[in-house]
Formats: sequence, C-alpha cells, structure tokens
Amino acid sequence: MIDHDILIVGGGLTGLRAAVGLCDRFNVGLISKVYPVRSHSICAQGGINAALTNNPDARDDSWEKHTFDTIKGSDFLADQDAVEIMCKEAIKIVYEMEHWGCPFSRFPDGTIAQRPFGGAAYPRTCYSSDITGHVLLNTLYERAVAKGVKIYPEWFVTSLCVEDGQCHGVVALDMHSGELVPVRAGVTFFGTGGYGRVYQHSTNSLTSTGSGIGMAYKAGVPLKDMEFVQFHPTTLIGTNILMTEACRGEGGYLVNNQGERFMKRYAPTAKELAPRDIVSRCIQTEINEGRGFDHPLGRYIQLDLRHLGEKKIQERLTGIRKICIDFIGIDPVDEPIPIMPCQHYSMGGIDVNERCASEVRGFYAGGECACVSVHGANRLGGNSLLETIVFGKLAAQAISEDMEGGIPKPDEKPLLKLKDEVEKKILRLTAPGREKPYQLQADLGVVMDQKVGIFRTREQLKQAVDKLPELKERYRHVGVSSPSRHMNYELINALELEYMLEVAHTIALGAMLREESRGSHFRTDFNTRNDRDWLKHTIARMGDDGGPAMSYKDVVITRYQPVERKY
Amino acid sequence: MIKESAYTFKILRYDAREPERRPCFSTYRIRVIPGLTVLAVLLRIRDEIDGTLSFRCSCRSAVCGSCAMVINGKLDLACRTQVAGFNTDTIILEPLPNFEVIRDLVVDMTPFWQMYDKIQPYLIRRSHAPEKEIPQSEGERRQIDQFVNCILCACCWGACPVLAREPGYLGPAAAAKLERFVLDSRDERPASALSLVNDEKGVWACDTVFRCIDACPKDVRPTDAIVGLRKAMVKQSLKKILGKAKDET
Repeated sequence: MIDHDILIVGGGLTGLRAAVGLCDRFNVGLISKVYPVRSHSICAQGGINAALTNNPDARDDSWEKHTFDTIKGSDFLADQDAVEIMCKEAIKIVYEMEHWGCPFSRFPDGTIAQRPFGGAAYPRTCYSSDITGHVLLNTLYERAVAKGVKIYPEWFVTSLCVEDGQCHGVVALDMHSGELVPVRAGVTFFGTGGYGRVYQHSTNSLTSTGSGIGMAYKAGVPLKDMEFVQFHPTTLIGTNILMTEACRGEGGYLVNNQGERFMKRYAPTAKELAPRDIVSRCIQTEINEGRGFDHPLGRYIQLDLRHLGEKKIQERLTGIRKICIDFIGIDPVDEPIPIMPCQHYSMGGIDVNERCASEVRGFYAGGECACVSVHGANRLGGNSLLETIVFGKLAAQAISEDMEGGIPKPDEKPLLKLKDEVEKKILRLTAPGREKPYQLQADLGVVMDQKVGIFRTREQLKQAVDKLPELKERYRHVGVSSPSRHMNYELINALELEYMLEVAHTIALGAMLREESRGSHFRTDFNTRNDRDWLKHTIARMGDDGGPAMSYKDVVITRYQPVERKY
Repeated sequence: MIKESAYTFKILRYDAREPERRPCFSTYRIRVIPGLTVLAVLLRIRDEIDGTLSFRCSCRSAVCGSCAMVINGKLDLACRTQVAGFNTDTIILEPLPNFEVIRDLVVDMTPFWQMYDKIQPYLIRRSHAPEKEIPQSEGERRQIDQFVNCILCACCWGACPVLAREPGYLGPAAAAKLERFVLDSRDERPASALSLVNDEKGVWACDTVFRCIDACPKDVRPTDAIVGLRKAMVKQSLKKILGKAKDET
C-alpha cells in the first residue's frame, strides 16, 4: 500500500500543472502510464489562446472577447461562468509558462507571437512554431523536476476506488515489476486525457483511450455531454496525423477537385477559419457530393500551402513539413497536402464544476478527460492547451482549499477489496480466451466511425446503441496471450478496452437521444439547433442494467444569450 | 489497387525476468502495403500474430519519442521509418543499445532520466518576474531552436560510443538540454552550474565523432551543445586565472 495526501493520475499538462501547484504543501504522487513527456499533450501543434494583444491586428482584443468567441464556438452549450474564468486566467497562465521557460515564438518587438485561429475574432493564439504542445509539456515537466514531484512513470491505474460517495484512491499496476499496488489518497485527481481511440480514425495518440473517463464512470461518477465529439477538418490521409489549424491560420487554402476554395461558399467571412465543426462538415459534404480527390486510402480534399512560400512554411510550420515528407512523401512547399476529417477531441467527459470537483468527495478531474464545461458542443482551436493548464492550476487551488477544510480520511478496506477484484479480473483476462482484444477494439472503432460520425441519423445511432451490449458481451471472452504482467501491453490494452466500451456507449446513447443539431453533434434528421428543448447538458450515469442512464442539467448563462452562429 | 509486398521481420526477444533464456530472434512473415511504417507493422504483429511482443509507442507521429529502436542497424523512431525505405525485404529490429533490456524492445531508461535530472533542466531566474513576458528577440529565440526540438527519445544515447564503454557518462541529450538553457537569453543560472558536467564523465568525455547527430530524428546536434559548453567552461577558467571572475554565488 502506498499513501499520498493527493494522488494525480496522468502526466500530461493538466496533471503536471496540478502537481506543481500542490507539491509544496502536500505529499503528492503522480502516476502516469507513460513517461510524462510522452503524454498526448505533446502532440498539440498550433497554439494556446490568450488575449495578450501582442499582434498589431489584435490591439482591441480582451478576455471578454475571447469569452464570447469561445461561447459562440461552443454553440452556446458551454457554461458561461466557467468560460469567463478560463479566458481571464489565460493571460496569467501564458505569462506564467513563459516565466517558467516556455520558448514561445516571438514578434520583432520581443513579445510572444500570436497567430489567427478558427472561430476567433482576433489573432490571439500564442505559439512556438508548430510544436506548442511539445514546448508547454516540456516546460511543465521541467518545473515538476525542479520541484521534485514524486512521479511513478509507467504505472497503469486499473481502477478507481469509490465507496459511500467518497474516493479512497486507486489500484495501479507497476508495469516494470508487474505488481498490483493499492494507492491510498485523500484526494485523487484525474488528468487522464481524451477517448479518441474509441474511433477507428483519430488524430490521437494510441494511448488516448479514454480509460480514465470509463474508470470514473464505472466507479459511479457521472459523465457530461459525451455525444459531443470533435472531428478535426485536416488530418493526413492514411495515418490521420494532425495537420494543425495553424496551416489555415497562416493562410492555407482548402481546395476541391474543381480547384475551388469551397469554404467561401459556406462561410463567406471566416472561410477556412470557421470553427472546426463547420469546416469538417463542409469538407465531408464536398467529398460526399463527388468533389473530393480519389486515393487508394480514401477520398480527400487538398490543403494547399504553396502560396505561403518556403520561408514561411519552414519557419512557422516546420513540423508539418517534416511530417508530410516523412509520412507521405510530399513536400507542402511543392504540393498540396491530401487531408480528410476525423475524430480529434473529446468535448464531453467526467462531470465536474469550475473547481474541477466531481460529486464524489475526494475525486477531481481536469483537462480533456473532464467536462467543466468550457467547450460546450464545439471547442475552438487553441482552447484545449489553455484548458489543460488553467484547470490544472485551478484544481490545485480548489484541492488546497478543500484539504484545509478537512477531507475525510481514506480507508484501506475498500482499496484492498478492489485490489482483489482487479486481481481476479487479470486472472480472467490472462486465462485462454476466444476473443483477441485488438479485434474487439477494431470492431468498436468501425461502429463509432460509421454510426456515430460527423453526420448522424437516428437509425444509425440506434444501430450503434444496439451493437454496444453485444460488444460488451464479447468482452467477457477476451483473453491475452501471456500471463506475465510486466510490460505486457496486450494486457494493458485489454484492461483499457473494458472502459472504452463504456465510454462509447455513453457517446452513442447521448447522441441518439439528443434530437437537434448543435456544434459537433449534427443530426441530418434534426438539422437545426433547438434551444427550447435542448439547451442543456446530458448527464450519463451507469444504470442498474449496466447501460447508461441519462438525465439533463441546465447550462449556466451569464450575459450571452444564444444567437444564430454565423461566420 | 494497392499492391502488397511480403516482408520478413526479425525481432530480438529477451525478458529480463527469465535471464536463463538467452536473447533470440523471432521471425514474422507479413504482407505490407506501400507507405506502411515499421511501427504500423509492429502493431499488426502484436495485435494479430504474437500478443507477447513488447515495445513502447504512443503518438505514432514522431513527436513523443517512445519508439526509438535499431532498425536494420540504424537508430530511428519506428513510427517515422517506412518499411519500404530499405533495399531489402528483411527488417531486423533490436532494442536501443547502451541500456538494459526489460523486455523485447523495451529498455530501462532510468540512467537517461538520471542524467536529465542532474543538469538542472529548467529555466533558472534570479531577477524578479516582470508583469508580462520576459522580452526575447527573434534572434535570441532562434539561438535555442534546435535544442528545443529534442524529444528525449534517446536515439543519441543508443548511438553514443562513449556510453558503450563508460556507463556513467552524461550523454548527448542531457548536454543538449543544458545548452538549451545556457543559451536562453532569459536564463540566469550561476556560472557554477556548469561545474555539474565539467569533468571526465561530463562534457569532456565526448569523442566528438558526431554519432548522436547522425542518429537524431529531429535534427538536433548534441555535439554543438557539448562543444559550446566546453568553450563556456574554458572561458570561465581563463577569467578565473586572469582574476576577472565575478561573484558566482
């Protein structure tokens, strides 16, 4: 048994920021299933939004305008009080990260450089070339090393321990030794990331399985707005590697097989820089209506950067150029990039308030695994890095306050009981089974891609909802090849798959029940937003029958009444 | 239609838990479409053929640094290496050299991280933080560009001939990280901070044969850092000899 005052799960931006904010005053442990610098935060490319007004075209910008853009981008589903907090805090945390050494790109006057991004009225996205996630994650990891945060790298949390409305800690697998260890903590904080890999095609790292979300759900913590799944407009054909929105922010065009910059037709003002939900639907429409290009790996649209010239591409989109050359043999200086939309981000997640607190005592969550909600039905580019750090910081403050108020002591009994259950689960998974975990995961991915995608109908969603209990039944027969527990990635995948199936179920059912179109959730059978019936959050709890039980919760509106979204 | 070609993958297997079983190659025949990466094939082998195969991976886009290994004798990230990029239909995969193997292609990177921790890998400031950003010119920012790009994949560690004979050596990545801060116009570490690596197990151990530069998948040049740090140290000691040393506390 390991003991900590506070246990943080996840070594990405949110987890590290929370740890850095808490480690001076409390005994903090941070568990991460990969070395922290391998976390998915590293993949963020384009930037982080804050109304610094450094760009000459953004002198009138303000945190209030950032707030409005975020709320409009969310199709008015975001909680407005939380968005206000995030956008105000944005300015402070960007300066804080800079003071901690983050190497942002600079303007000629020595200030932090800022570029235009989708859905934003001003160029307010701070960046470091196209490796902004990499520099932020490294900076926070460096901070954690400087402060001597206790890190358990390559430990995988298998289960969350909740009993009588209180969280007691987790059970974790030390992947090096293969040992199963109960970890007791007064507060457990999840910064475990998104669920991209429940889809077949995703820009996400292979480790972004959403298992943390599913773990919380199975332990009785409700989830929020799971049906809102962001599809990124521009991912490289074949591998679905992200081609940052900064490609368009820097001036790139989207072109169909007629040679037409088609976004002019759909969003006459914002064009390529309309929010992601809109641009993804436009690209998919162009492809569906026969104006895409054919390729053995699928149909695509061109992302054309050639007119930007080699100097700008090399300077501002260095990584993109290298990825294109390495992965598809195309230099964007000479040729357009073949792109298609695919799953990118999880707006929904563990239901928490603006203090990152869930309804379970002692359990908090932040970042992509959580839903505060600041992104509502559609997240703006540059707001995810922002959310991770802001809410890592605010969670640390909230947890400090709550610790002072006195958190009930965690109990070892439920943890030991849970450890026995996990032990049994692993024995079951390592006994010979008919079903290979990868095959089940692949089948799940296809269902989610085909039935719960960019364009949705009741019929398809119903098929997905009906299919999920079938997949869960198959999970009971999953078996892995080796009983050894150290560095057994097939076993880790099998353990995560259980949670992925739960996550997928809440997405599909939430989408089937929501009979309107809002942000990323587009129903061809209910193709307009319906504020009268659906201006509310979906809450999913695990029901008695094992399926999700849905309820709804009001959206917090402060001063921005819903209006039609035009770009 | 896409045409598949047959490849033979030979992967070095070993489990530190079973030291009595010597390392040996497992052979897998697999049909591959053009454009497939070594990582994509590894995933297929693990998922469809042999679930006992162990290797690290995450981002599959050459930014997280998980999947460094030896591929047909060359150190690289499996995710950015095209199977068809070699003039042969046999691909041999081995774990990163200069580390203990935990299992198959997974090595114990503890010594690598110890060296990283040792050099104080963070911005050190002594002046008061300004209200806004610490100003930095575009030129000053460019100074640290190549070192900022390091993804800590340890290809350089695997390639380093010094580490092969001198396990206590600092290694190229930690030196590059230190130089990234020394060259940062905002950093105010005392000159004495360099003494951490100013010995025969530090920057003076380097053979300057540039293997790390050849191995780096992100075009970082760790040898530049080592040479830069050596110059800074020589300058410091000259200053001391000439009695011009400033207060270094």
